[in-house]
This record gives sequence, C-alpha cells and structure tokens, in this order.
Amino acid sequence: MAETILSLQNIHKTFGTAEALSGVSLEVEQGEFLTLLGPSGCGKTTTLRIIAGLESPDSGRVLLQGQDVTDWEPNRRNVNTVFQSYALFPHMNVAKNIGYGLRLKKTPKPEISRRVEEMLELVQLPGYGGRMPNQLSGGQRQRVAIARAIVNDPAVLLLDEPLGALDLQLRRQMQTELKALQKDLGITFIYITHDQEEALNMSDRIGIMNAGKILQLGTPDDVYERPQTRFAAEFIGQSNILHASVEQVCADGTLLLSFAGGRVKAAGTGHPGEKLVLSVRTERVRFGAESQYGFALPGTVKAHSYTGGMLRTTLLLPDGQELTVNGMGGGHSRAGVGESVQVYWNPACAVIVEREGTP
Amino acid sequence: MKKRTFLPECYILLVLLLLYLPIAVVVAYSFNDTKLFHWAGFTFDWYGKLMRNRSIIDAFFNSLKLAALSSLSAAVLGTVGAVGVSRRHFRGRASLENLSLIPIMVPEIILGMAYLAFFSFLRLPMGMLTLTLAHTTFCVPYIFVNVKARLTGLDPAITEAARDLGAGGIRVFFDITLPLILPSVMSGTLLAFAMSMDDVIISFFTTGVQTNTLPLQVYSMLKTGVTPEVNALCTVMLGAVFLLVAVGRLAASLRRGLGGSAPKPPQFFEKN
Repeated sequence: MAETILSLQNIHKTFGTAEALSGVSLEVEQGEFLTLLGPSGCGKTTTLRIIAGLESPDSGRVLLQGQDVTDWEPNRRNVNTVFQSYALFPHMNVAKNIGYGLRLKKTPKPEISRRVEEMLELVQLPGYGGRMPNQLSGGQRQRVAIARAIVNDPAVLLLDEPLGALDLQLRRQMQTELKALQKDLGITFIYITHDQEEALNMSDRIGIMNAGKILQLGTPDDVYERPQTRFAAEFIGQSNILHASVEQVCADGTLLLSFAGGRVKAAGTGHPGEKLVLSVRTERVRFGAESQYGFALPGTVKAHSYTGGMLRTTLLLPDGQELTVNGMGGGHSRAGVGESVQVYWNPACAVIVEREGTP
Repeated sequence: MKKRTFLPECYILLVLLLLYLPIAVVVAYSFNDTKLFHWAGFTFDWYGKLMRNRSIIDAFFNSLKLAALSSLSAAVLGTVGAVGVSRRHFRGRASLENLSLIPIMVPEIILGMAYLAFFSFLRLPMGMLTLTLAHTTFCVPYIFVNVKARLTGLDPAITEAARDLGAGGIRVFFDITLPLILPSVMSGTLLAFAMSMDDVIISFFTTGVQTNTLPLQVYSMLKTGVTPEVNALCTVMLGAVFLLVAVGRLAASLRRGLGGSAPKPPQFFEKN
C-alpha cells in the first residue's frame, strides 16, 4: 500500500447553525486521483477548503505529509488549489499568473520564466504568456489555472469542480488531459465534482458524500457495482430499489427473498424474516422466456423507450410495482408491449443497501 | 406607424439650457470689458487682475493644499476601512457600513457645528490643522463607498488563490487587492478632492482667522457685490472641474478594462 500523504481526522465544521461537515475522515495516498462526489451542499467544497486552509475546522485534525497543519495559514501549506471560477489575477498576464507562486518563493527570474514556459508547453498553451486572462477562452483559462497551481509542485493538488463551467465536449477532452497530466506528474489530486460520469471516468478512488459525511469510499467499480447505501445507489447510475424480506439463507451465500409476490435472489447475509432494501442496477435486470439464475418474477412489458444506444423497458410486476431495465438497443431480447416475460438477474448484482432499523 | 415627435429632444435641450445658461453667463461676463451688465467688448483684464490678487492666490493654494492633504488621507483611511470590512464577517457589519456613510447624509451645517464644538473642546488652534481634520472626515465616505462597491464585485476566490499560492496578508493586499481596486480608489479620491475644494460651510466653521480657502474667499468677495474678477475666478475653477471630470472618466474606463465584473456605480447623496 502506498504512503499516506494527507489524512483528515474526524473533521467537524458548522456555519452558523448549519452543519457542513459532521465527522469527515479520509486517508489519501501518494499519487492517487481521489474524487469527492456528491450533490451541491454535501460538504465537498468545505472539505477541500479545509485542506487548503481557507476554512478552519471546528474540530478534527488535518495531517499533510505526516505534519499537523490544522492551524497553518493557507500560504504555508504545500497544497495548491484550482478554483471553480479559475480565479486568475485579472491584472496580470498569463506568465505572471503562472509565475506568481514562484515569485513569492523568491525563485530567480530566469528560473521563473523557464518554468513558466515549461508549464505553458505542458498545458498546450505555448506562446500565450503575454495574453491577459480576459483574452482567453474558458478552456484556456482553465489550463492557466491548472498551470499556475502545478508549477509550485504541490504535495496535493485540490480541484474544485474545475470543469464545471465548460461545455460538454471540452469537458470530456479536459477530463482525458487532466487524467494524463496527473499520471505523468505523479501529483496527488483531490478532485471535487457532482458529475458522476466525470468521477467514474477519472478517479482511482471515489468518496461519495452526502449531508456532511463520506458515505462510501472505494474504486469506481466498487462504488458503482456495490453501493453500500441507498443514497449511493440512487446518486450514481440508475437503480431499481426493492423492498424485500429474507425467506431463506442459501448454501451458496445468496439470500432467497420474497418480493412483489414472488421470489428473488440477492448477494449478502441476513436472517429469515429480516426486511431489506435491495438495489439492482437497471442494466443488470434481465427478462426473457426463461431465467438463468434459478429464480424468476412474472412480469409484463409495459413500455419501451429508445434513447439512442440504449433501450429502456418498463416492466410491470404482478403487485403493480415497476422495474426499469436498460438494455443495449440492438441484441436485447425485444419483447413486445403487453407480452408476459420472466424477470431475473445475477444474484451478485442485487446489493443490500439498507437493513431494517438502520436508515 | 408611430408618429415621431421631437418632445424628448426639446426636453433635454431645456434641461441643458437650465443647467448651463447661468454658467455661460458667468463665463461670458468674465470676458466683458465693463463692470456693468451690458456687453462692452472682449477683454482678458479680469484674468490679469485675478492673477495679481494676492489674497485669491493665497486662498487658492490653501484650498489646493487642503484638498490634496484631506483627500489623500481619506483615501488611505477609506481604502483600508473598506478592505478590512469586506474581509471579515462580523455582527453589526451592515450598521457599521451605514454609519460610515452618515457624514454624506448629515446636513453640512450640523457637521460644521459639530466639528467646531469638538475642536474647541480639544482646544485645537483653528486653521489648516482643523480644516484638514474636518475635510478628511467628510471625504472618507466617498472613497469607502467607491472601494466597497468594487470589492463587492470582485471574486473572493482571487484573493484566496493568492493566499493559496503562498502570499501572506500584506502581499495579497499589495499584489492583488490594491491593483484591482486602484481605479476605484482614484475615482473616489478625485471626487473627495472636488468636494473638499468647493466646500464652504464646513470650512467656514473650522477655519481660523489666518487661513482662507478659495470658496470662502469667493464668498467674502461676493458680499461686496459681484465683480468680473469673481466671474473670471469661477471660469478658471469651472475649467479645472471639467478637467477633473475628464480624468475621472478616464479612471473609470481604465477600471472597465481590467476585467472582473463592472461594479455598480455607488450611490451618492447630493451635498447641499
């Protein structure tokens, strides 16, 4: 396991009466790309600002490279931030903006101009040193903001929704570039976004935040396929949320549960009679003439909607509940509306996200 | 089709006429070769006389010194105040901001009396010192309001970025904040300068027998009747004001050139 570069220990922060963070703990490894993902107001920006030193926590500690920096001013911390609004200095040209951090460190002038040139090459803006920020496009400003931060060789780079203001196409391109940049430089990135696709696409690990807490921390695959909370299941991707109760614990480690008047299987542990909430990703639900997993629910095809690459099907279960299925537009068994089908899924894809008594 | 009327144009013309006709008369009479009210030919005599009038020249330089001193001190006080207030959130911040605008709103006669009473209480000798103190006080709000408006329009992330890149408080102020608010500091200072330059009432209360300012001099000359010399003086001052306004506009356009959101023009309450 790689060395821990930054750790947050039980951070609490309140603004007035509103609790922004209630006990955030986090270990960030050297060189990783960690994303904090959550809806607006979940505390992800506050977490970032506390790491940067722009806010101070009510309680808890911030450790950077093993040193307690909780009470340090932002200018003493070896972290740099890429702000959502870019926050370029409007009265300085691009080269002065990028060189500002080095100038403060009293780096010799020739060295500054050399490093600035290097950075401009790196972010693919060679020859732009003399431009003023208001002469740049949004994407170019973004690159300058990134160059201005990484030129200081920070231990950790903090990025606060850096691509939020860009249009979709540019955002995709910048995602790829940022990821490549991070791999090349080996700098630890802590990245904030509310865009799940961005998070899944770029991160080594994702921390899902809601209401001032980190709910789940894991690889993109982990948080997508095995959400531990209902919030995670619903916030990332599309899930069917099923309320079921355990009938039997099977020998193969799966559970047999009663649901919608029939029986379904899920992965996990439990005891007979226990009420559970399951999440099944919409693309994991199968339907057809015959089940392949030893259980099936009878259902009726209620509607299809074609969304480009995907075909979305709504299935009606005997008790009136509906399931959503996303399948490939082409090869999926295409039952007609009104047709009766068998509904099933791989038990490993049905994940317990809530247990009775634990909200 | 709507019928086009010239009503708006006529109205504007009327307003401009009302505004500038009296001034035009003064300017015209300053070149009139008689003390009487008929036109007797063009002359520069009154300007010559003006230049040789020792008490007017003294008063002019007093006013200049006073306006420069008080507007510059007010610039420092007002700027530091506005930056300080905008950096911190504290209880009663709004009241403090409103309180600082009161010198603009309170009738000058009351301010003048208050200064007089206060300076007498302190047993300060009335003269340049008391004038400067009083003028600085009523100049501060002009800079404060101007700078405050500019700071409100600035993205707070800009100063945060500077701190993040390693700048301490003083560096942030001189490297980032000051250059960005400088146009507002300048336009506020120019306005304060003009206000100090033409102030009669507060100066009347806070000056001593030795020191005379230009507006006070004009006022005392008018007591003995309008002379073309005063007209000439008014014309010169008018020219100076136009020049100041032009410089102010230049500063404003400079500010727009610097990016950041254009601040809303500050609201000023008309003095007098």
